[in-house]
Amino acid sequence: MIFLEKRPQPSKTLSYITPVLAVLITMVAGGLLFAILGKDPVAAIRIIFWDPLFGEFAFYYRPQLLVKGGPLILIALGLSLGFKAGIWNIGAEGQYIMGAIAGAGVALALYPLEAWWIFPLMILAGALGGWAWAMIPALLKVKFGTNEILVSLMLVYVAENFLSAMAIGAMKNPEGFGFPGSRNLQQYPSAHNTEIIAGSGMHWGVAAAFIAAILAYVLLNRHLLGFQIRLTGEAPRAARFSGVKPARLVLFCMGTAGALAGLAGMFEVAGPAGQITTGFNVGYGFTAIIVAFLGRLHPIGIVLAGLLMALTYIGGEAAQSALQLPAAAIQVFQGMLLFFLLAVDVLTNFRIRITLGETA
Amino acid sequence: MLLKKRSFLAGAATAAAMTALSTGAAFAQDDVTKVGFVYVGPINDGGWTQHHHESAMKMVEEIGSDKVELVYQENVPEGPDAERAMTQMALNGADIIFSTSFGYMDPTVNVAAKFPDVKFEHATGYKTGDNMAAYSARFYEGRAVQGTIAGHMTESNVIGYIASVPIPEVVRGINSAYLHAKKVNPDVEFKIIWLYTWMDPAKEADAARTLIEQGADVILQHTDSTAPLAAAQEAGGVIGFGQAGDMAEYAPSPRVSSIIDNWAPYYIERVEAVMDGTWESHNVWEGIDTGMVGIGEITEVVPEDVKAEALEIKDAIASGEYHPFTGPINKQDGSVWLEEGEVADDGTLAGMMFYVEGIEGSVPQ
Repeated sequence: MIFLEKRPQPSKTLSYITPVLAVLITMVAGGLLFAILGKDPVAAIRIIFWDPLFGEFAFYYRPQLLVKGGPLILIALGLSLGFKAGIWNIGAEGQYIMGAIAGAGVALALYPLEAWWIFPLMILAGALGGWAWAMIPALLKVKFGTNEILVSLMLVYVAENFLSAMAIGAMKNPEGFGFPGSRNLQQYPSAHNTEIIAGSGMHWGVAAAFIAAILAYVLLNRHLLGFQIRLTGEAPRAARFSGVKPARLVLFCMGTAGALAGLAGMFEVAGPAGQITTGFNVGYGFTAIIVAFLGRLHPIGIVLAGLLMALTYIGGEAAQSALQLPAAAIQVFQGMLLFFLLAVDVLTNFRIRITLGETA
Repeated sequence: MLLKKRSFLAGAATAAAMTALSTGAAFAQDDVTKVGFVYVGPINDGGWTQHHHESAMKMVEEIGSDKVELVYQENVPEGPDAERAMTQMALNGADIIFSTSFGYMDPTVNVAAKFPDVKFEHATGYKTGDNMAAYSARFYEGRAVQGTIAGHMTESNVIGYIASVPIPEVVRGINSAYLHAKKVNPDVEFKIIWLYTWMDPAKEADAARTLIEQGADVILQHTDSTAPLAAAQEAGGVIGFGQAGDMAEYAPSPRVSSIIDNWAPYYIERVEAVMDGTWESHNVWEGIDTGMVGIGEITEVVPEDVKAEALEIKDAIASGEYHPFTGPINKQDGSVWLEEGEVADDGTLAGMMFYVEGIEGSVPQ
């Protein structure tokens, strides 16, 4: 008989090993899927995981990993604080959109003025935009006890509609022949989120993501607030007895997550995307939830998970155009990653015991 | 020459990068022309993307798969992801890349600047460059035929219109359909719902149901899925038209005809131009005359005389004898747009963001 026996303490070693294990199982199962589709599984896995890092065009793909991973890491870091404390902000996508709109709004209002303070002001506006959008579910939860999962999620759709309204209305490029979409901020030097070192992919948003990771690490390990966050997640009753104010924690966690998501949106619209368009958001806010869990809600884990996720996107696209794999197969592949992670997580909390004979 | 073809003028064209490129070039077979396609939807969406893809495959078949190699990527979001998709194709040796959605315009401009020796073709936009051409179709010509049929067929005199994204192309379509429906049926009224998306079957179905509830018995759509036709079939007594694709699976009713995007002749012409070295940048707009806009078979549900009238208009447009925007036409506010006999110029049509007289509501902006 095979039993699952709950461990008294989740295994620390396994919690580091399981993400790697999940990636390996995904490679095998994904390879199988690709083989069934009639594609060479080894080639597919190589194109997804190896070529972007070490292949012939790695000089182009490596910077792209940062471009794609930067926003994921920034958003996931914010989300992880709340997730640790059992506060479920599912609406980062909306906060991302609102940050982008606020940041781009500042730039478009000041166009064509050139001044050094425009970009810092946009950063501030971006963070504020995301923060304010996250404050709606946070305040509603604190004041009226509403469910933050539902409210934050629903506000994503509101934000998407607001984005469309901006792209075809107030922020539409007056020189765009009536087509939707704002001016391109890449062509507005004071507002352009440039690469810090040209060709490296390292734009200010990526730098912000790394700084945020360090700050999150310090907060969680060296600060009383970080201790309270962890305590609330692990033992809510004990936390209350030790003087944690749940309302303050909700406001802090939601606000930080919103501000970071807003920053990610702002850096994206001012840099790689360049424009407010109806299709500006491509799901970073949702993917970041996977990244947060894949990274074990740990700042360093999240940085690695964000880069890994970026790799599956970029490698997945490469596999699509090189092997003509359907886009859906790549999505299934990415889904497998989270699925297997959750599955092997059982091993962190449970031990497998095999007993011989009947013990009725 | 190989190196030149792939010269990648990125900000950091480092020595290492250039070495990587030149060794990479050795692997490419250069007698085969590599053609890239970037699609906004899945290749089996039944509409816009599917027709680009089918046209692309027709191009390969026509020129010969020993001479051209097709690479494509589907479901590519508009923005930085599209830029990466195109860069990837260019790096891997594509000679010409077609980006088939309006939202790819600025990304295409960016990538075209980095690869001066690769040709780029962007659909439905307005920006061009030395190695970037723009192409689009005069769909409003098809709308004139569609409007004529719709005006005759409606009994409730209410025609529902599922509009996608408020850009001039869509507004032109609404105006053209309205003018021609009104011409054959002065009592006709248009109800328009804007969805702000090119394809979203759930939203399209909702919009169709709403319009039907509001009394529409003809549904016109500028979105790409078959969901509105399915909703029309469900409601019964409602007709519609195929959009982008023939959508013949809903014939003879509710689908009574269709506007078909046929890009194959254009793709063949342009890829051959790259092969002969005669490719030049341009901004073209083709219609029923070259076959880029096709009218799907008009089914037996449409009375013979209506069908004959619709085909007459189609032929007149194809021969250049009739222009769908011929005056007198007033703008929505009653001011004169085109005098009697005056024909709209392409510049005005390209930026058309106003309704003609008689349409209610306003263009979202």
